[in-house]
Amino acid sequence: MGSISLFLQHLANGISLGSLYALIAIGYTMVYGILRLINFAHGDIFMLGVYLTYFGVLYTSIPWWLVFAIAPAVTGLVGILLEAVAYKPLRESPRITILISAIGASFLLQNLGIVFFGGRPRAFPVPRILNHVVKVRGVSINVITFIIPVVTILLLIGLSYFITKTKTGLAMRALSRDYETASLMGIDINRIISITFFMGSFLAAMGGIMWGARYPQLMPLMGVMPGLKSFIAAVVGGIGNIAGAVVGGFLLGLGEIMLVALLPRLTGYRDAFAFVVLIIILLVKPSGLMGSGQTEKV
Amino acid sequence: MRDKQRTDLAALLALVCAVVALFLANKYLDDYKIRIINLSGIYVTLGLSMNLINGFTGLFSLGHAGFMAVGAYTVALLTMPISMKEMNFFFQPIVPWLANVEVGFLPALLAAGLISAFLGVLIGAPVLRLRDDYLAIATLGFAEIIRVVFTNTQSLTNGALGLKGIPNYTNIWWSWGVAFITVWFVTSLIRGSYGKAFMAIREDEVAAQAMGINLFKHKVMSFAFASFFAGVAGGLLASLLGTIDPNMFRITLTFNILLIVVLGGLSRITGTVISAVVVTVMMEALRFLDESINLGFIEIKGVPGMRMVVFSIILILVVIVRKAGLMTRLKGRESSYAEN
Amino acid sequence: MLRIENLTMQFGGVVACSGLTAEVKPGQIVGLIGPNGAGKTTVFNVITGVYKPTAGRITFSPREGEQYQLVGLSPDHIAKLGICRTFQNIRLFSELSVLDNVFIGSHLRLRSSVFSSVLRLPRYTAEEKEHYEKSLYLLEKIGLQDFRDEKANSLPYGMQRRLEMARALATNPKLLLLDEPAAGMNPQETLELTEFIQEIKEEFELTVFLIEHHMEVVMEISEKIYVLDHGVLIAEGSPSEVQSNDKVIEAYLGVG
Repeated sequence: MGSISLFLQHLANGISLGSLYALIAIGYTMVYGILRLINFAHGDIFMLGVYLTYFGVLYTSIPWWLVFAIAPAVTGLVGILLEAVAYKPLRESPRITILISAIGASFLLQNLGIVFFGGRPRAFPVPRILNHVVKVRGVSINVITFIIPVVTILLLIGLSYFITKTKTGLAMRALSRDYETASLMGIDINRIISITFFMGSFLAAMGGIMWGARYPQLMPLMGVMPGLKSFIAAVVGGIGNIAGAVVGGFLLGLGEIMLVALLPRLTGYRDAFAFVVLIIILLVKPSGLMGSGQTEKV
Repeated sequence: MRDKQRTDLAALLALVCAVVALFLANKYLDDYKIRIINLSGIYVTLGLSMNLINGFTGLFSLGHAGFMAVGAYTVALLTMPISMKEMNFFFQPIVPWLANVEVGFLPALLAAGLISAFLGVLIGAPVLRLRDDYLAIATLGFAEIIRVVFTNTQSLTNGALGLKGIPNYTNIWWSWGVAFITVWFVTSLIRGSYGKAFMAIREDEVAAQAMGINLFKHKVMSFAFASFFAGVAGGLLASLLGTIDPNMFRITLTFNILLIVVLGGLSRITGTVISAVVVTVMMEALRFLDESINLGFIEIKGVPGMRMVVFSIILILVVIVRKAGLMTRLKGRESSYAEN
Repeated sequence: MLRIENLTMQFGGVVACSGLTAEVKPGQIVGLIGPNGAGKTTVFNVITGVYKPTAGRITFSPREGEQYQLVGLSPDHIAKLGICRTFQNIRLFSELSVLDNVFIGSHLRLRSSVFSSVLRLPRYTAEEKEHYEKSLYLLEKIGLQDFRDEKANSLPYGMQRRLEMARALATNPKLLLLDEPAAGMNPQETLELTEFIQEIKEEFELTVFLIEHHMEVVMEISEKIYVLDHGVLIAEGSPSEVQSNDKVIEAYLGVG
């Protein structure tokens, strides 16, 4: 295999991993944009989406493609529930208070996962048509590697239509730009926040399904690392900025794969890569690549 | 001022009672219970250390697991007998400068604290200007980086295999001795001018700086003290358990400490001490939730993970019930005013 | 004492202050007035190092023969040189006691190390005692000695303003910047405040630079007044000169 085709294979892997980070990162960035909260439990919502799909496919008679749509919707509802239970009562509290609640919620979901799904890893039931290797000019690539970016782009188009063209999307952007003013303008904040959590969780579950198809091992703690890395992607792109989250996701995914590909000696440090990027970004440009800085009024 | 003498006397009395209780416990309790008492002491130190930075200084740091890892590995590598090191590092030999080192427990603990504090300064210097949630995620990131590095530095830490056969120096006197020193240190610090400056930073950074408080210097100071005690506690833990590996030092460990601090109350010293003991004992007492118990005639099936579900729910409930009051310190204000 | 030369401060495209030149002489009380949004607080924020100005120089000479260029220094450094301030929208350490608020004001003068504080070495305890007594004295001065153990944010508004001044005085300033000290006060309180400012000025040998909306306060105590409008200096001079200035009358009564 030539070095160029090898490179192309890494590129494809990087893009597909990046797509998944991007999908999860959108949920972080949308919630942060409105509530200024790092939704620590978002990675665990992602995990829940994968498990719901798993049980839907294996234990119901619903066809798999329908499960792939229903499970994210159910995950979205769990997202709404999470907000209502753990965050809504704290909306007027200091940011740290609500952050602690988010950490608690994250551990709660993880451990509920252990309780209900068991700590033993499970194998994700990947549908046959998503799981075969094709050879393109001597490069063998799993077909899912191509499907992931395509589905991601379709979801992003849908999201961008929703954000820019619908009234709810407009309200969402208004709320994220200026919470106080928007709340005075008669926007139903509770409804918008619920929708935000629904959409973020829906996209995370979509990412989760594709993650399961790509890396078919399910564990209750599987959401922790992808969650943290996707949050970092959101910060890299400029938190609160949806396009930024997508760009950050792709950069981080590509960077991670390329690090392992080009410097195999550093393979063991793969999980540290994102954190190093995070710290560099926070120090050099805390507002992220596409964010705008804000100064505190004195 | 008479007020202060009375609290000092009360503290002394409590200390004497505690020492007697520990003495009796050490004499009459079985190994399992003594181990829990040791763990409680270590968690007292950890809780206070986190409270210093998260509660009193108002800097939300989630890096404790990382500092504990540094302390634990320092103590393990410094106290382990030379022959034991050879047995541990069968995969890849240990770096030569550590191969023939074996020091006593006290110098090892001090080294654990100092190295951890040094690292705290190194990490704190760049990230402490970040605000609340950004700081939280950056410190969490550093803790993860430390864990990943320890997993990969085979010839220094023995990598993912971990270290076994660490001498068990930790006993009730060590774990609670350090806990008492931490209580004294944090109390004394907080009563003094520096501690009040820390709290000023928590209350309002802009105003604190306008009053001439060098934010950077004070934040780094608080962070260094917190990492010192986290490192020492990590060392005590390593020596108590006898076995460590990098995966012990995940964010779950930081979560346990955060739970103690939130239950005991941010910026509350007595509360943290009580909560550290209660949480540690409960963690053990509720173990039945996770494990099956055979009562002879009937077997109650445990559900793994249930224990942490309970603790997560407790944490969320406490946060929601206390809401805005979570960060504040209201201790004894009314009473001292009434006496004037 | 303080000389501001050609000070300009822009936030993105917004000019908050443009080409301001002003001087505060030792021992003076100088007023800075202007309609809302004139950029007065911005001037204070630049002097105290909260913002770095786009252009201009600020020279501070706390004593004869000593001169410091303030632009580029951090707020805590500037406070140590001897400039302290109060805030327009009161920024006390709200969960701490009244006494602690003032006590913390002395912290920047502490010479002992953190270790001697933890070990309570004699050197530290002597300093602490001194700071403590000074704090009590200042509390007495502002009439809050009976509230020393109350939480700062439990005080009524007027007391909070006075507490902020006591806290600033605890830093041993040479130049005191007061940002709308009489805001929200009734006429009686305002009168007391005017007397209080003059009193502390004498006792602590202060120079005072103040922003104020209550004209009777400014006109009564200021020796010199600067008038800002939309970030530009439109008048300066003695209270009577300023009062009769056409531009000032227009700025206050006119369309702007």
